[in-house]
Formats: sequence, structure tokens, C-alpha cells
Amino acid sequence: MTRTAGEMTPATSKGPDVTTTQTKTPEQAEGPRPLSAREGAGGDKIFSGAALAAGAIILVVLFAVAVFLIAQALPALVAPQDQIAGGKGFWAYILPLVIGTVIAAVIALVIATPISIGVALFISHYAPREIAQILGYVIDLLAAIPSVVFGAWGISFLAPALVPGYNWLSSTLGWIPIFAGPPSATGKTIMTASVVLAVMIIPIITSISREIFLQTPKLHEEAALALGATRWEMVKMAVFPFARPGVISAVMLGLGRALGETMAVALVLSSGPLLASLIKSGNQTIAAEIALNFPEASGLSLSTLIAAGLVLFVITLVVNVVARWVISRHKEFSGAN
Amino acid sequence: MASITTTARRSALTRNRLPRYAIWAAVVVGLVLGAALSTLVGFNPFGWGVFAAIVFTAVYVAWSGVVEGSRKAKDKLATCLVVGAFLVALLPLISVIWTVLVEGTKGLATPGFLTTSMNGVSGIQDNESASDGTKVLGGIYHSLLGTLLITLWATIISVPIGLLTSVYLVEYGNGNRLSRGITFFVDVMTGIPSIVAGLFAAALFATIFGPGTKTGFVAAVALSVLMIPVVVRSSEEMLRIVPNELREASYALGVRKWRTILKVVIPTAISGIASGVTLAIARVIGETAPILVTAGFATKINTNVFADWMSSLPTFIYTQILNPTSPSNPDPSLQRAWGAALVLIICVMILNLVARLVARFFAPKTGR
Repeated sequence: MTRTAGEMTPATSKGPDVTTTQTKTPEQAEGPRPLSAREGAGGDKIFSGAALAAGAIILVVLFAVAVFLIAQALPALVAPQDQIAGGKGFWAYILPLVIGTVIAAVIALVIATPISIGVALFISHYAPREIAQILGYVIDLLAAIPSVVFGAWGISFLAPALVPGYNWLSSTLGWIPIFAGPPSATGKTIMTASVVLAVMIIPIITSISREIFLQTPKLHEEAALALGATRWEMVKMAVFPFARPGVISAVMLGLGRALGETMAVALVLSSGPLLASLIKSGNQTIAAEIALNFPEASGLSLSTLIAAGLVLFVITLVVNVVARWVISRHKEFSGAN
Repeated sequence: MASITTTARRSALTRNRLPRYAIWAAVVVGLVLGAALSTLVGFNPFGWGVFAAIVFTAVYVAWSGVVEGSRKAKDKLATCLVVGAFLVALLPLISVIWTVLVEGTKGLATPGFLTTSMNGVSGIQDNESASDGTKVLGGIYHSLLGTLLITLWATIISVPIGLLTSVYLVEYGNGNRLSRGITFFVDVMTGIPSIVAGLFAAALFATIFGPGTKTGFVAAVALSVLMIPVVVRSSEEMLRIVPNELREASYALGVRKWRTILKVVIPTAISGIASGVTLAIARVIGETAPILVTAGFATKINTNVFADWMSSLPTFIYTQILNPTSPSNPDPSLQRAWGAALVLIICVMILNLVARLVARFFAPKTGR
């Protein structure tokens, strides 16, 4: 069959082509060497096996993390009470550290959550569309700065800068136990450490919240605006109810990060026993305690620190699993990835 | 902000709205009153900014409340708070980068900073340079080398495992129990505190090779624990967006599954995978705590990751700040620490930039 160019529509030209290929098939079968059914099957097996093994390694590693930590921590858990640092047994040693860790992380959350939600809203709903993405990159830059640099910044810039604030707090609000004076003259307090932690978790909460805010159904937003709602009313009526579970889990993930953060606290905080006042030197977190004492530790003190690490692991595990559970309950908000 | 201001004509629809100059008037009032208020408590630019922002918000919202009613006023208040939150979040970023730049350039500009190690530099030399004003000796060559080697080994361990795992999850798992378990535990791994990852590697090697085993390789294992979940998540996402039509076209041509994955799926997603791996490297290159507990800190050059302690940039910064080489004159140590911090930040920023460029310029042309 001959084709006259330009006259045939693609639909009609297809017909003859199909018939020609069909008539050609028997000849073509003799051309290239036929593939046997088994060829390359070995590659398939090896490749799928390797993929499976890699996945299994991750599970084994995580299992091993638990097993080795427990094995190395065990001596501290069963040792007589007077041999542990502090002389009152492991649990008496770890309790103030746990409380210090939780205090620092919670203050960081209280500071970071409203700011992060504001930033996320700004990027998703307030900033002009053209610069919103660039602003997102800028906030991600904050996440890229290494924690030790934040620690160095905290100790050399932030701590001295906050001292006047602490003096003011202790003189005007000193009757509240958490602001009891005299405040630290260097500013190396748990409050400063918490501010640094807050700066470090802002990008985490922001990026997850931003994703979730952007997933708000456009129809809901436009319906609210069409009914005459102002932008803020639209955000309150359409965006927040939709995003609430996702934002909660974002905050939980930020909490997990704040609990486990080491360097900011180890550098910034001048540690000491557990205190109610947030603006005096004192308090300590698990992670910083490990980092500060690990280099000189051996034997039982090493076990104690590893046991402390295990406690930290369990706490962050619980927080993270709860956060993931909240996310998975609302699969459509899976902006956490 | 522009959308809030009104059109010039005052029809029935635009009555009860703030005039167009309202926002600028409020800005001027805020700046002037803010300057006055901050002078009362001792003037500094930061205080001026804070007071000006507060006064501006109060004036603007109150004016809007009088002219436009409470709903519009609330809307303006929310806008001010949201923009304020963003500006507040920018402050630490600018402050950190500014501090590192100002403090770090002095250290970086010292001749030999990048090419000498801390071997033989002790408190005596630091005291001399502090008292006589001679140049600060010692540099970060050993730490730079350590960081590169440790990160390289961590990448060598993590990338194959992470990539193959994501291939399993996307191509073979089909949401079975094992793949759901892997996904869950990868999420859990993402949340492991970095110091716990370090403790794990330390505990693992202490159990096998005896207590006190601290080498660069142990640190690399610790970093891999942190790096693998990041690689898995990003590669998984990239493999999932490869269109199924490509796989089916390949199968239809009789190509085996493993060759389809190697020749069709992975090449299509390679730009995303590469950028994900680069971001993962950028994340672990700045980790301090895991290296601190696994590789110790050295002052000498060590190129063998399987023996002896090893230094790295983050641990160098940490030890120089916390335990200055000369306790009586910490300034030379601080100068070195800030120089190292500047180098580290430059590394991280370059890695981030490379990741974004790779993702943008090597993205597959989908044609859809």
C-alpha cells in the first residue's frame, strides 16, 4: 500500500501499518536470536536478593543498636548504688538529667512553635507566589547550619546578649521560681540553651507545616473567601482545621530533635545540679552529659553514660513513634517526608 | 501588603477602608515613636527595630479597627504577626552567618591555616602569639582530612544500602509486611539522636574489638546510621515518581526486571537521588557528637581510618572552644575554631547548592 502524504489522517494511516507489521512477523522471528526464557533470570535473583538484604540490614542494625546499647549499659543498671556517679544509684543519677532534658526541649518548643507556624503560613499563604519558594530555601539554610556552629554562636554571641534580659527578668519577675536570681553573669543558662535549640528546630517544624498548609484544598479556601471572609478568617476556617494533626506531629518531630540535640547544650550550658531557676547556671541534659564526660569515661562510668544514652533513645523513640502514628492516622497529610 | 491598600476611588464599595497611605503613615509613626521609646531605655538598633515594629502594629491595627471594623483589624493583626514571625526567624540566620563570617575570616586568612595541623602546637606557642602578637600557629589540615575521610567512608557504606533498600521498597516490596516494617523503622531511625548513633557504634566496636576502640571507621559507621534513613527516604520518593509507563514499556520489550531497574528506573531518577545523597552528606558532615564519642580528637594528621584517633572539623571546633589549647589565652584557639566553623559552613553551603543545581539541571525531561 502506498501512502499519499498529507491526505490521510493519522487514524486511517494506522490501519495499513498494522497489517504490514502483522504480515512481516514470521520473517522477523528468524532475524534476531530468540531469547530463552531463563536468560537473565540469575541477575533478577541476585538483584532482588541484594535489595532484600539491604532492607534487612536496616532492621538488623536497629535491632543491634538496641542489643549493644543494652549489653553495654547493663553493668550500670545492676551495679551497687554507691558505685554510680552521685552515689545513689543509676535512677537517682539519671532523673535530674531527664528533667533537665525535658525542660530545655519544652521551652524550645514553646518558643519555636508559634514562630514556625507563622513562618510556614507566611511562606504558604502570605508571601507573593514568586518569592515564596526562595523564602523556603532561606529557611532550609537554617537547617543546614551544623549544630556545633549554633553552639559556638550561642556561647559567644547569644549568651552575652541575653544577660541584660536575664537581669531584668530576675529584678521584675524574680518572685516566680523559674526567674529567681541572681542570674548568671555569663548568660550560660538553660534558657540560652533552649533559645539555641528553638532556633535549630524552627526549620524542621516550618518545613513540615508549610507542606501541610499548601495541601489545604483550594476549594475550601476559595469558598471561605467567596463568603466574604478576610484572609485571617479563611486561614482559621479552612487551613487550620485541615492542618491541625499534621502540625501537631511536626511539633512532635521538633520535640524529638530538641530532646536529642547535644552540641548546642554542651557548649552553651554551664552545667550543674537540677535547679528550678532557668536563668542561673545549672541543670544538664542527657545528651550534653554524655558528650562532656564520654572522652574520660571507662569501665562503669562508661556503662553509666551508655545507659543514659539508652534512656534518651527510649524517650525520643516514644516521641517519634507517637508523631509518626499521628501522621499515619491522617495519611493524606503525609508532608513529613 | 499591597493587596490590603485600597483603590483610589471612593465608591460605596470602598468606603470604610483605610486610605492607601495608611501603611506608610503607620511605618513612619512606628519608626519615630520606636526611636523615642528605645532612647528611653538606652538606644540600640535592635531595640529600635523591636519598638518600631510594636508601635507600627498597634497604630495600624487600631486605625483599621476604628475605620474598618474589628474583622479587618484582626486580619491586619494576623498579617503583622505572620510577617513578624518570619522576620524573627531570619534574625538568628543572619546573626549566625554574620558572626561566623566576621570571626572566621581572621582565622582563615592566617597563612598555613588550611595546610598545617595542630601537631606540636601547645599552650606555649599560643601564649607567645597572644603576648607578642605573632601569627597564630596551627591549622585544620588534619581535621579537614579527617572530615573528608570519615564522610567518604560513611557515604560508601550508606549509599549502596540506602539505595538498594529504596529499590526494594518501591520495586519489590509492594507494601508487604517487611516493607512496611522497613518504612516504619527507617522513620524511627530518622529520629535517633546523633549522640545515640555514636554510642551505638562505640558499643558495637567495643564489644567486638575490646573497649576503647576509637578510629575513623567507627565514626563512619556512626554517621551511616544517621545517613541511611535520609538516603532511603529521598531515593524512595524519587523512584516512586518514575512513571509506571516507562517500566511497562521496558517489560513489554522483554527486558528483565533487574535490567529495567538499572537501565530505566534509576537513570530516570538519578538526578533526584544524587541531590538526596548530597543533602545527606551535608547533614552528616556537620555532626559533632557521634564523632566525638567514636573517633576521639587528634592533633596529628592521620590518613588511616582503621587505626588511631582522628580529628574532624566539628570536633575540632568543639574542643578548641571548650578546652582551649592554652587555658590562660583562649583567643588563638577561638580564632582557629571560628576559622574552622567558616570552612565547615562553606562546605555545607556548597553541598546544598550542588544538590539543588543537580536536581534542577539534570532532571529528566519528561515531556509531559
